[in-house]
Amino acid sequence: MKAITRRRLLAGAVVSPPLLWTLAFLFVPYLIMFTYSFYLKQFPMFAPAFQFGNYLAILIDPQYYQVLLRTFKIASIVAVSALLIAYPLTYFLVFQLKNKRLRTALYMAVIVPLWVSYLLRAYTWKTILGTEGVLNSFLVWTGILDQPSDIFLYNQFSMALTLTYIFIPFMVMPIYTALEKIPRSMVEASKDLGVGPVRTFLRITLPLSMPGMIAGLTFTFCLTFGDFIAPFLVGGPNGFMIANILQTQFGAALNWPLGAALSIVMLAIVLTIISVSDRLERAGRLDMD
Amino acid sequence: MADIISVRDVTKAYPGGIMAVDTLSLAVEEGEFVTLLGPSGCGKTTTIRMIAGFEIPTSGRIYLAGEDVTELPPYKRQVNTVFQDYALFPHMTIRENVGYGLRVAGVPRVEIGRRVDETLGTVGLRDKAEARPATLSGGQKQRVALARALVRRPKVLLLDEPLSALDAKLREAMQVELKHLHQKLGITFMFVTHDQTEALVMSDRVVVMDRGRIVQAASPSELYDHPATPYVANFVGASNMIAATVAALSGPSLTIRTGGGEIRCAANGRRFEIGDHVVAAVRPEKVAPRAAEAPPEGHSLIPGRVVDGLFHGNSYRLEVTLDDGAPFLVDIPLKTGASLADMPSPGATIELVVDPDTVSVFPAEREGSR
Repeated sequence: MKAITRRRLLAGAVVSPPLLWTLAFLFVPYLIMFTYSFYLKQFPMFAPAFQFGNYLAILIDPQYYQVLLRTFKIASIVAVSALLIAYPLTYFLVFQLKNKRLRTALYMAVIVPLWVSYLLRAYTWKTILGTEGVLNSFLVWTGILDQPSDIFLYNQFSMALTLTYIFIPFMVMPIYTALEKIPRSMVEASKDLGVGPVRTFLRITLPLSMPGMIAGLTFTFCLTFGDFIAPFLVGGPNGFMIANILQTQFGAALNWPLGAALSIVMLAIVLTIISVSDRLERAGRLDMD
Repeated sequence: MADIISVRDVTKAYPGGIMAVDTLSLAVEEGEFVTLLGPSGCGKTTTIRMIAGFEIPTSGRIYLAGEDVTELPPYKRQVNTVFQDYALFPHMTIRENVGYGLRVAGVPRVEIGRRVDETLGTVGLRDKAEARPATLSGGQKQRVALARALVRRPKVLLLDEPLSALDAKLREAMQVELKHLHQKLGITFMFVTHDQTEALVMSDRVVVMDRGRIVQAASPSELYDHPATPYVANFVGASNMIAATVAALSGPSLTIRTGGGEIRCAANGRRFEIGDHVVAAVRPEKVAPRAAEAPPEGHSLIPGRVVDGLFHGNSYRLEVTLDDGAPFLVDIPLKTGASLADMPSPGATIELVVDPDTVSVFPAEREGSR
């Protein structure tokens, strides 16, 4: 009895710090946000209440739901283009490149930008796409353009481009892992059974790498969905995303209840996506023995 | 009979100057069960992979049923492989796995169903058709891999150490099953293994390989009784290796002098001179301690001292030291009624009777070669 009590105390002691941390810095703030989302805006701050006006506003006010839809669109574009770029690259690294050292080096080259400040990486595109930027100088120098153009920066294209660049490592990593896990004999067996390289890819390699693709799509989508720096730096007037709106509610607009409701909506969307992808991934995960 | 596989002077060199296969030539008859036997790194797997099309030879040609397939990709060859790790597709059912090749080839659905069922019946797995590979046991996966390869009716079935992942009991059962399957189907089987028992049990012909070359290609019994080199004598079954010099020659037989005494042996067509340094290989079970009666005419007697006796169930192994201190193993079969009490006990001096026909004599090789 005494031993059991002591063991429980010990177990409690080990578990409680992370538990307290989670409680204090995640669960409680969520709860506060959730409570705020039902409050009423009232000068100078807000008044406690229980009403759904904030959520209703998000649903019917175009300035909110349109931005939400735009965010959805941008996040989808970023996720899909990251997949389309990352997959062939990763496939080449894992299956075509015979030199192991070179493979690791190239893989690291893709991953290493993650250690560089996000701001810096976003800012880089400003200097590339801007009117005084590298791209414009090049186009003017080659004579393709008479004068620098401002069509490259401050729009949704530049935003999708920047975010794809920034988040692509999160697509490469899971796909790399998934492809590396596919035994070579699987591909050989397919060819051995009379199936050519293209159909072997479509029927064996692609389905077996599905978990990696789902993970990559989830990462890039969710990261883009909550981003507010890229819109700020390269997005321009019609490039605002939901996180920017959210941020202004707590800042300039000073509408905490609406901001809280927005954040709850975002949280719900992201959690839904993560749980769906988790389920998909689990269904697609296969015992490869 | 026509050669179904013909490998001619094939060499496979890897970067760094590693010769996996070194000017290897091999012809396999239609319907034969041939086994490539050798330790890991001897080139047996590389050879079979070149026949399957997964590797392209550095030089030399490979013919399949008379057609040059040396550079043909694997999906255009009429051979199928059973992989060591089975390589079953985890995202397909057993039925889909077996029917995969046929489906992609555009065989009509009804025909696929019929052939898959038939082949699964052949390997005794019809009731598992809708299962996923992950839910099967090792032996069952093995059968699926076999069915998947056989359903395409290949000219040659290549088996790359398919039994190595199974436990001993199952492996033995699968050996017999494979042999029966081979007899039933009449397809040429080419089997790769490092397990000499597997090779001896199943094959019509065993090809022993060492460092990318063929050392001996012969029937299992020929291989066992008349190994071509000390390497084969050692790799296929156990052998006592004794260093000796030729003491006398008399027609087809010769006498060799060892530190432990003189042994008469058959020359087996090899030519020796008096004074030649030789190595004699003697199988432990072909030697017996001298009983009360005199040994048959021509048999040699070597004295020795018993160091230890080990009970092996169906046999009794004596560890003997010869007069010159060389260790020597003797296996005595334990027949019905045999008693362990009759076995020589440690410390006893005995005489070993050696039949000249069971001794293989090889010229002693120079340093650095096997």
